[in-house]
Amino acid sequence: MPVLTIARLTIHETARKKLLLALVIITIVVALLTGWLFHKILELPCTGEGSRQMCTTITAATILMLLSFMFSFVLALGAAFIASPSISADIESGIFLSMLTRPIRRSDVLLGKWLGLATLIAVYGGATAAMEFIISRIAVGYMPPHPVLAIVYIVAEGLVVLTLSVLFSTRLSAITGGIIALVLFGAAWLGGITGSVGAAFHNQAIENVGTITSLILPTDGLWRGAIYNLEPVAMMVVQQGAGRAESANPFFVNAPPATPYILWSILWVAGIFGLAIWSFARRDL
Amino acid sequence: MQTRSIEETAADVAALPASPAIHSQGLVKRYGSIVALDGLSMTVPRGEVFGFLGPNGAGKTTAVKLLVGLTRPSGGEGWVLGAPIGDREARRRIGYLPELFRYQDWLEAREVLSLHCELAGIPRRRRAAEIAEALDLVGLTDRAGDRVGTFSKGMQQRLGLGVALLGGPELVLLDEPTSALDPVGRHDVRELIRTLRARGTTVFLNSHMLTEVEQVCDRVAVVDRGQVIALGTMDELRGADTLLRLRLGRVSEAALEALHRAGALDVEADGYTLRGVGRDAVPGLVAQLVGLGCEVYAVEPRGQSLEDRFLELLGGNDAGADNRAPHHS
Repeated sequence: MPVLTIARLTIHETARKKLLLALVIITIVVALLTGWLFHKILELPCTGEGSRQMCTTITAATILMLLSFMFSFVLALGAAFIASPSISADIESGIFLSMLTRPIRRSDVLLGKWLGLATLIAVYGGATAAMEFIISRIAVGYMPPHPVLAIVYIVAEGLVVLTLSVLFSTRLSAITGGIIALVLFGAAWLGGITGSVGAAFHNQAIENVGTITSLILPTDGLWRGAIYNLEPVAMMVVQQGAGRAESANPFFVNAPPATPYILWSILWVAGIFGLAIWSFARRDL
Repeated sequence: MQTRSIEETAADVAALPASPAIHSQGLVKRYGSIVALDGLSMTVPRGEVFGFLGPNGAGKTTAVKLLVGLTRPSGGEGWVLGAPIGDREARRRIGYLPELFRYQDWLEAREVLSLHCELAGIPRRRRAAEIAEALDLVGLTDRAGDRVGTFSKGMQQRLGLGVALLGGPELVLLDEPTSALDPVGRHDVRELIRTLRARGTTVFLNSHMLTEVEQVCDRVAVVDRGQVIALGTMDELRGADTLLRLRLGRVSEAALEALHRAGALDVEADGYTLRGVGRDAVPGLVAQLVGLGCEVYAVEPRGQSLEDRFLELLGGNDAGADNRAPHHS
């Protein structure tokens, strides 16, 4: 089946080019560092209100969120880096000239590439997040309330960037497509914060900016889903006690993404991928 | 209306004469205002080695890319192996060596061939034999386990040929197959093309190397500025008329008369040159001259070379034009 052949080839390429090895090594290094960090939490003097347990939970949850943010950013960056050349580089080098004259559809090639890269993103994102959660559990006895859902949201964010980068790759050079995807990713994140600020200050116009950017590119909206599922009850109580101004905190969310938003995100990925198929089918090689 | 069974229709189709390997009618390709192909019409019969000749920028590669479905035409129609150009099922029976190409340099040569076997839909049980045969045909058996990244350009070209020949295609399109090869490699490719012809494979040879085309092709199309300006067998293209150089003694008036009647005569210091004599008429003319008492020392028939004809055609198509690149509409 051509789709699976291309998907396997895509994964094979990253393995041969030692990308997988590099990721494994760097992830192990980060894991060791965070293990040490979590261990140090236990030595922190917890003063003021609340029990020692609550203090540890909130500190560990905060560190996990920061780590998740870093990994989600790395995942988005990685998705843009590996997906932007996925089509354009093979066009420029002439690899596609002999491949696409085989009895296969261009959409099969596109789907195979997407599937291969999506597998890498899911495995890397899932494995690193799970590893951090396990380290936290072992080091300080804390596990986020919904670890699987959090991982799903983080990976979904990576898949959104991946799909966008694949679309750009059908028409733009790797460097141009990659940069545009990353700028849009950053703009969506900023749009999300802007929307939160609008909500905090009861400014509907500014709040709408966040809503619109989260619809145009659902990365920040999905990231909020990840945060929500990483927040322990203790943190919810503390943050909600701080009132509406806490909405402006980019590391706090008081409600999960609504079902229509999740459906929109799925439709968004399908729509952008459809656009990529349309664009690639019409590309002269 | 009479209804016909599937079997009857299939029998009718089978009774039809085989469709040509390639047939195009007014194929046009425009890139913005640039016209790369300007109404390409030609027919390539099956089982022949067809040369597609033209200067750089004449639209040769564009034409090949249209025929294999990599590029979409702006106008006109084309059929390859009886199916509209780009047809997925027909591509199963086509082998293609692109002009400027690369294979995944992180794969081994054997893995590249294996990948193309999969993409071509060659059954798994046949793949090992197909790969071994392709490697053997292009002389890469010893390097099968080496990464493509370590190959020279010539070896990559050989690998490209091997990839194009996988699965025993009915039509092989070779776009400048010898451009990166040394003389030995060129010779090997010519032999390979002859082997393909012996197997009944149609070969479409896109080249600007006249001697190569002259040596292996049955039929040639000369393309310039996106149009076919001449098409025919090698003899038709070169012209059946022969240029005859004669060295004669004791040339009588009657003999001179006979020479004048045979063709356009040039009397030169060291002999005679006769133009426009049919190749078949040469023995009769010699017998006639001997009969008229002439001493015939030498008769050297010389056909027009493809290069002469090629330059003549291009000169006629656009006298004095230096730039043959695609033109603006």
